Amino acid sequence: MANSTAEKAKVAEPVSTMAVLAPAIGWLIPGAGHMIQKRWIRGVLLFISIVTLFLLGLAMQGRIYKANGGDILDILGFVGDVGAGALYIITLAMDWGTGAIQLATADYGTKFMIVAGLLNFIAMADAYHIAIGKKQ
Amino acid sequence: MTITLNHFGAATVFALFASIVFGITHRETTRDMIRYGIYCFAMFLGGVIVAGWAMWLLRR
Repeated sequence: MANSTAEKAKVAEPVSTMAVLAPAIGWLIPGAGHMIQKRWIRGVLLFISIVTLFLLGLAMQGRIYKANGGDILDILGFVGDVGAGALYIITLAMDWGTGAIQLATADYGTKFMIVAGLLNFIAMADAYHIAIGKKQ
Repeated sequence: MTITLNHFGAATVFALFASIVFGITHRETTRDMIRYGIYCFAMFLGGVIVAGWAMWLLRR
């Protein structure tokens, strides 16, 4: 009985500020969601991995997807890219990532940028799990 | 600046960074993170080599 009351109280517990802040900051700056929770090494490693992958994609003349309502693969490409947060916003603002179809490796670059965004989504979920105490 | 990587180089770079993120996000303890990261890296590269040989055999 006491156990079920404790469980109900736990369910009704409001979402902490950190549970909202960590994934949001983690989206904007990869790894920052971990860093604000003092997981410095994990945060730095995530930052280096995701940012390097994205920048390599850009340097390989990969293409960045813009918001679109067309082909399903283009929509999925946009969803992946947007996960990179500030990197995506800066790339769009600077009009980088236009893609160079004459380069065979440009397609690898496009995939690198999409995967960087998707990996950042995973990092955001991890930051959230740390914030709610599901993970150390 | 333009960087040109060959297929294996691109796959290795991809495997390295994806494995780091997988290791950190999918395991609880530091030791398990390192072990899982190495496992993912080996699986990624092993998959590339196996797929490469499979395509070579199919081409014959």
